[in-house]
Amino acid sequence: MSTGQVIKRAKYKASVKDPGTPGVLKLTEEKFVFRPNDPTSNKKLEVEFKLIQSHKHTKEGSNKPPWLNLVHSQGSYIFELESFPDLNVCRELVGIALALNKSGEAPPAISEEQLSPAEMALRIKLLQEDSKLQKLHKELVASGKLTESEFWATRKKLLDKDESRKLKQQIGFKNSMIFDTKPMSDGRTNQVKFSLTPEIKNQIFALKPAVHQAFLKFVPSKMTEKDFWNKYFRAEYLHSTKNAVAAAAEAAEDEDLAVFLKDDEILEKEARKKVRRVDPTLDMEADQGDDYTHLPDHGIFRDGSKEVSEAQNQLYRRTLLQDLNRQGAVVLEGRNLDTETEHLKSVAEVLARTRQAESDVDIEQERRNRLSRMTQIEDLQAQDDNHFTPLCIKDPREYFDSQQANAVKTLDDSQAGMDQSRCNLSSEEAYGSLRASISKIKTMGLSDPLVDPEIALKVHTGLTKNISSTKYHLGKNSKESVLDILPNTTKDQLLDHWVCSQELLRHFWSSYPITTPNLNTKVSRLKDSISQMYSKLEEIKVTARSDLRHQLSLIVHPMQQVLDAALLHYDADKRKRNAKGQKPNGYV
Amino acid sequence: MALGLGSTGARTYLYAELVEIGEIATRDDVSLLVVSLDTNPFFWSTFSLSFSDFISHVLAFLNSILLLSQLNQVVVIATGCNSCAYIYDSSVDSSHGSDTSGMPALYSNLLRKLEEFVARDEQLGKAQMQGATASSLLSGSLSMALCYIQRVFRSGPLHPQPRILCLQGSPDGPEQYVAIMNSIFSAQRSTVPIDSCYIGSNNSAFLQQASYITGGIYYRPPQLDGLFQYLSMVFATDLHSRAFLRLPKSVGVDFRASCFCHKQTIDMGYVCSVCLSIFCEHHQKCSTCGKYIPKFCPAYRGDKHNGNALG
Repeated sequence: MSTGQVIKRAKYKASVKDPGTPGVLKLTEEKFVFRPNDPTSNKKLEVEFKLIQSHKHTKEGSNKPPWLNLVHSQGSYIFELESFPDLNVCRELVGIALALNKSGEAPPAISEEQLSPAEMALRIKLLQEDSKLQKLHKELVASGKLTESEFWATRKKLLDKDESRKLKQQIGFKNSMIFDTKPMSDGRTNQVKFSLTPEIKNQIFALKPAVHQAFLKFVPSKMTEKDFWNKYFRAEYLHSTKNAVAAAAEAAEDEDLAVFLKDDEILEKEARKKVRRVDPTLDMEADQGDDYTHLPDHGIFRDGSKEVSEAQNQLYRRTLLQDLNRQGAVVLEGRNLDTETEHLKSVAEVLARTRQAESDVDIEQERRNRLSRMTQIEDLQAQDDNHFTPLCIKDPREYFDSQQANAVKTLDDSQAGMDQSRCNLSSEEAYGSLRASISKIKTMGLSDPLVDPEIALKVHTGLTKNISSTKYHLGKNSKESVLDILPNTTKDQLLDHWVCSQELLRHFWSSYPITTPNLNTKVSRLKDSISQMYSKLEEIKVTARSDLRHQLSLIVHPMQQVLDAALLHYDADKRKRNAKGQKPNGYV
Repeated sequence: MALGLGSTGARTYLYAELVEIGEIATRDDVSLLVVSLDTNPFFWSTFSLSFSDFISHVLAFLNSILLLSQLNQVVVIATGCNSCAYIYDSSVDSSHGSDTSGMPALYSNLLRKLEEFVARDEQLGKAQMQGATASSLLSGSLSMALCYIQRVFRSGPLHPQPRILCLQGSPDGPEQYVAIMNSIFSAQRSTVPIDSCYIGSNNSAFLQQASYITGGIYYRPPQLDGLFQYLSMVFATDLHSRAFLRLPKSVGVDFRASCFCHKQTIDMGYVCSVCLSIFCEHHQKCSTCGKYIPKFCPAYRGDKHNGNALG
């Protein structure tokens, strides 16, 4: 429909019941106009598509006439067209028009990406949770130094984390008792019907590995799938009647049925395996005597009758407790295979494979390992406190702590410059003097006294003074750094500036090499903010109290150096790009 | 080793032996001290403190360590320009008492070994011609110390608490940067603190970092004629007692690294984004991992390593 305009005969109906006003409907990409045939009629319409929220139409082949329904905020306009081909033509144009108007509506945003409300909400939440991030966001984005998307691009991890948390959740088994799949009786005959979905079958397999095994064994070869399920539910039915005697009798007649009625062997094997996995210091067998559910008057009410286990026909009885436990175990285990697999046979095979994977070869070994691990007594273990400082820089303070060393070092360097002019001795002379010293001490022995008492005292007091003074200057304690000598406002400013300049620099360096005009503008914008930051630091230095000025300049100096490096790089890169006549591929 | 409680009666028991015979329960203040002794002749021949004075302070210190506990163990490694060697091990040295020179056996044995070592080191230096640098092989002696400690660790569940003491005077050799950092990180992993007593005139960035990372003490004594006093006040404390004592804290650490290309200490450089190698100038291809990298990110002073071994 490239014409962008459709004119059709149609009847306008104010409501569904309205017989309609015949007239002409003219559709363009911006609006639609309805002119009734009767010029005196007041049913004239001229509506812009901006106001239309959606459109509906009747289906061809249904017994309804071809209606086009344009929904707006207060109600809808219904047009009855003459034929379905007419309707289709109109529908197509309406679709295009609506799409056009939708996208036109989007605000002329700074961010080039369209944010879903959920994502926006996530960002807002992140900002609310982290006041520092919020501050940075305000500083950088609100002032236009960085765009919203640039700011978040470096924090994808934060955004992703929440995303992945949502997606990772798997759908598990329903926690309803599958054993309670109740038959539906039609009330007329004695037949009952079970409705089975692949979902339920899957769950039955998970709950009862023996059924699953039987299914694998019998189904294509011995009986059809339908027969199989018939047998299964017959067995279930026998269970539900709680007629253990009847169950035993049936099982004797039909060996296939017996499979379902007997206790699940695989389950038992697994149960034994699990018992082995229990904390080895716990003796499960010793606790067996505590099980008193077999005593009279102990039991659980189910389906209106009390379930009390009886000794006879134990083989064919299943208690509710067993069912409940098994159900709970399976639900907790969750499903580890794709439930979309429609074909039941393949489902069964997949299940079989996953079960086989857990071989019990290593179990005994593992049990032994566990045993040795459990029996280790904590008191005899070495203390696990680490004698080292982990290397990671998170706290901006640490940066300043380490900078102090450089400040001290510069003093050091200036003091001792004369030490470098040496090593002009030949190696023979050097070794000779060393050997002479050794032989000297060999013959003379240690001097007596080794240390002059006065010197020892001097060293002692010096060292003590040194130790007690460093207590006030340095250390992990928050009150022991140069940063804390500064007034609080200056300190906060400094830390903020540091975080901010780190962010700016990260963006700055990551935009190189400049390959798009977009990056170019970003870099120049960043460069401006960097030079602003530079002057701000300068300002802090100048306005500081005179007694602190030296300390402060030592701290600020490396920060400025870092910014300097960025500015220098910017200039050099710009010069290079201006000088080069021929630009390499991709460069702007 | 000849055993048997002979007439001397003063026989050193190995730590493990004493544990075996039930002499001691586990003790937390028993130390294994591995000392790296700087024997760089170029340094000592120009330094204000003479080597004989230095060694007499050190010998007295070692003796006092052994006196602190019968179970303490001391190992000394000589750190030369061209080689390193074990020159004393108190667990092997069983002869006590004085010999003819009127000197304790500890001293005479150590000094004899030291003389041998110096002679061998000189020979090696001659063989290698005049490429000799002014720095000693600190990386070598650190590695030897760590090897020794590993052997002790593996000898049994009970062992004295090991620590390394570097008595260093000669300046850092930036060409050893990678090797030293790797030693430091392995010491950190096996929780062996590296104490450093640096007597040179400038601070040693290597030893500062070594002590900082491994949780040891770095100290540069200002008054060298009282060296023994410093050693016994600061470096004699065993690891257990350190929890209760206030020892000198480092004023700060010089975290500067050496570039991998010219082995120069740099303030600012380029870091390979793949293997974190450091270069002083921009390279098209990282020489360590061979990765072609169009642009390195400049790193600047104050950035710390992330704790990985280098190289």
